[in-house]
Amino acid sequence: MTENLSTAKGASESPASAQTMGRFRPPRVPLFKRVRESALFWPLAALALILVFDAFYAPSFFRIEIQDGHLYGNLIDVVNNAAPLMLVAIGMTLVIATGGIDLSVGAVIAISAAMGAVLINPALGNQLITNDILTRDATNTPLPLIVLADLAAGTLCGLWNGFLVSRGRIQPMVATLILMVAGRGIAQLITNGQIMTIYYTPYFWFGNGFILGLPVAIYIVVGVLILAWFVVRKTSIGLFIESVGLNAKSSYYTGINEKNVKLFAYTFCGFCGAIAGLILSSNLHSSDANNIGLNYELDAILAVVMGGTLMSGGRFSLVASAIGALVIWTFTITVYTVGVPANALLAAKAVLVLAVILLYSDYTRRLLNRFERTDRKTAPSTDVEQRV
Amino acid sequence: MAAVPNLVTMKGITKAFPGVVALEDVDFALRRGEIHALMGENGAGKSTLIKVLTGVEHPDSGSIELEGKPIQVRSPLHSQELGISTVYQEVNLCTNISVAENIMLGREPYRFGSIDWKTMNRSAKTALKRLDIEIDVSRPLAEYSLAIQQMVAIARSLEISGAKILILDEPTSSLDANETALLFDVMRKLKGEGLGIVFITHFLEQVYRIADRITVLRNGKLVGTYDVASLPRLELVAKMLGRSVTELDAMSQVKTQAEQTQAVKPVVQANALGLHGALEPLDLELHRGEVLGLAGLLGSGRTETANLLFGVDAPDSGTLVVKDEAVKKFSPNESLKRGIALCPEDRKAEGVVGELTIRENIILALQARYGWFKFLDKQKQYTIAQEYIQLLGIVAPSPDQLVKNLSGGNQQKVILARWLATNPDVLILDEPTRGIDVGAKAEIQKLVLQLAAQNKSIVFISSELEEVLRISQRIVVLRDHKKAAEFTGTVDDQTVMHAMAGTV
Repeated sequence: MTENLSTAKGASESPASAQTMGRFRPPRVPLFKRVRESALFWPLAALALILVFDAFYAPSFFRIEIQDGHLYGNLIDVVNNAAPLMLVAIGMTLVIATGGIDLSVGAVIAISAAMGAVLINPALGNQLITNDILTRDATNTPLPLIVLADLAAGTLCGLWNGFLVSRGRIQPMVATLILMVAGRGIAQLITNGQIMTIYYTPYFWFGNGFILGLPVAIYIVVGVLILAWFVVRKTSIGLFIESVGLNAKSSYYTGINEKNVKLFAYTFCGFCGAIAGLILSSNLHSSDANNIGLNYELDAILAVVMGGTLMSGGRFSLVASAIGALVIWTFTITVYTVGVPANALLAAKAVLVLAVILLYSDYTRRLLNRFERTDRKTAPSTDVEQRV
Repeated sequence: MAAVPNLVTMKGITKAFPGVVALEDVDFALRRGEIHALMGENGAGKSTLIKVLTGVEHPDSGSIELEGKPIQVRSPLHSQELGISTVYQEVNLCTNISVAENIMLGREPYRFGSIDWKTMNRSAKTALKRLDIEIDVSRPLAEYSLAIQQMVAIARSLEISGAKILILDEPTSSLDANETALLFDVMRKLKGEGLGIVFITHFLEQVYRIADRITVLRNGKLVGTYDVASLPRLELVAKMLGRSVTELDAMSQVKTQAEQTQAVKPVVQANALGLHGALEPLDLELHRGEVLGLAGLLGSGRTETANLLFGVDAPDSGTLVVKDEAVKKFSPNESLKRGIALCPEDRKAEGVVGELTIRENIILALQARYGWFKFLDKQKQYTIAQEYIQLLGIVAPSPDQLVKNLSGGNQQKVILARWLATNPDVLILDEPTRGIDVGAKAEIQKLVLQLAAQNKSIVFISSELEEVLRISQRIVVLRDHKKAAEFTGTVDDQTVMHAMAGTV
């Protein structure tokens, strides 16, 4: 054992010992079990369920038309509309995985949108905004600078949240509540209390443009998802986030700088909120500090929960959360397509929330597990009899 | 023997779980007015036997008789109704409400539709009085020591069921010597009242202090039931391990091989290191290849010392020099980079991350040292994990097993592996053998000595004096947050114990 120890000592330093060990192969897990235990299983199942419903009750849902080389249809609408929420859900996933929560994302969207609107319009300060200023199709600031300012504003908001939570040791819900309330106020200050109409065609590209027939927003979401995935899974940040979310104290004792991990999560969430604000304001051609991105924080939390991340923190899946956001919008558009009046939407959504909560409850899980076990028991029972 | 009727007789109990037979044809009998120790390594079947008795699990075969009548324990609630109550290691009480509320929870007396506090406090007081404890029952439970909390748990369980049988599962593992003595007084008193007490513990010494009979289990099978007087300590250990007595004797010889400390510059040197309210200024030296034992009662400042050395807490006086460099920034992260490691006292809260896999737990500290951007890829993680799993003999089906599913001993090994993977020069072990079985204990002790032989420095903290004496070359005794004494070379336990108690 003594010799063993000395080789082990070198293991962390040199890869040489890896060869003597041989490549370790993780044990094979049956495909069915892998699928069933995958983080994507439940959100995809929910999505499939809604689509099956659509297949029967709203077949038009699947119709996709080509107009001017762009794809149009409900499915495209779903993805395009869901893009901001998917982005926010990706950021929210990391925050929730650290055991926190970010209530301010809606306000961050408003700030980012206000920033964009103000930089396009010359109506800074107390200038009177006249109709011809608003419809000039011109900008005060070059587009790249606008985008950069948008992102910077949101990221700064995230950084603020992160500082309050990690350095100020304020409970996440309280800390982000500050910006949730103050953020829309800040957005109003930026736009001087006006609902600003944006009239600058290049800016509309983010929310309404197409690349190769598909909405630009889709590409942005996929881009951010890939970026986030790389940051989280190809560095140790993902592991640290999970570790901190699961047991902050142990993580601290292990030498993980849990403050910086949290700071990163909140900052990234702010960054995602900023992009969402950019897309939303571009799509809506306006920035209304009081209404843009309203309730996005709650939808994002729902999306994250649907993606299987526990509110207490720990294991997370970015893709699952993004699909969760997709489920919410598929549901919303389905409800519209089927003809439920708009004022009943929230009530319909409550049904979705209830279904999610029931589906994810311990009780249901146990039922399913039991079902699966009895399934398996029927096969190898002969084995037991032989022993007797 | 027939003179004392059995309170409980369990015969031929067999219980199988998918893949393992947890209990195989086990007999167990508890008499009226006896304290019966249930011994065995982790996985021996102790807890399954208790679970069968308390109705948590149902046996596949076998019978249980309570006072001569065959019974079937359907559920924990049913077992309470039958007069069987259990107090677990982690006290299941609410610390933020009063002692009285804890005792009477769920059975609060009502008067005019609201809680009758007077009656409630009075009943609670009576319940505690039975254990010879007089405290202010209207104060929150948190204000009292763990020992008192445990008594409250016992009082509560006696109150609920009018218990005939009391099962104490590791009641002493977080109590200090005085508190343990207090608990033992209560146990003796209850025994005098005719209760049968099942006592589960890892402390051999306590078994010999209080138990009347011992039942030993090993690998789900009954080894035997013995009178304490007729079973010498070493033989008991041999029975638990299934090894011969001579083998164990050989093991304690390991120490002598490593016993050569060279008088060079110390690796760690603390000068008047202290923190107000936690530790009074302390001088400490740690040399290369040395095992330094830190002895002292619970709350004497052992853990506080470990936390200061590792930088969990920053000192407010004195200096700490590690490898010729004065330490300025105190944090676990800094210590990690300096080559210091700490296996903390509270394994669950401060050690393992239960929901992560063995692999992730093992590479966690190494990864923390490498930082965010130098990420070990999966293959490398598996290689490192696999290596330490083999090296330390961690019993698990795969490196992807969640750590929370491992036994205490294996969890401890995972934490050790985590730190060994960072190749530290100084290893601080705070109660590394608490609550783990005898076999794993011996393995960890052996490992400590081997590490010292490789020129690593080790600070070894343990409540078990015998263990500290066995493997340390130097012993520092702490008392009341101060250094009380220091011994080099061989000392006998009497001397150290006197230093711990302050009766020199």
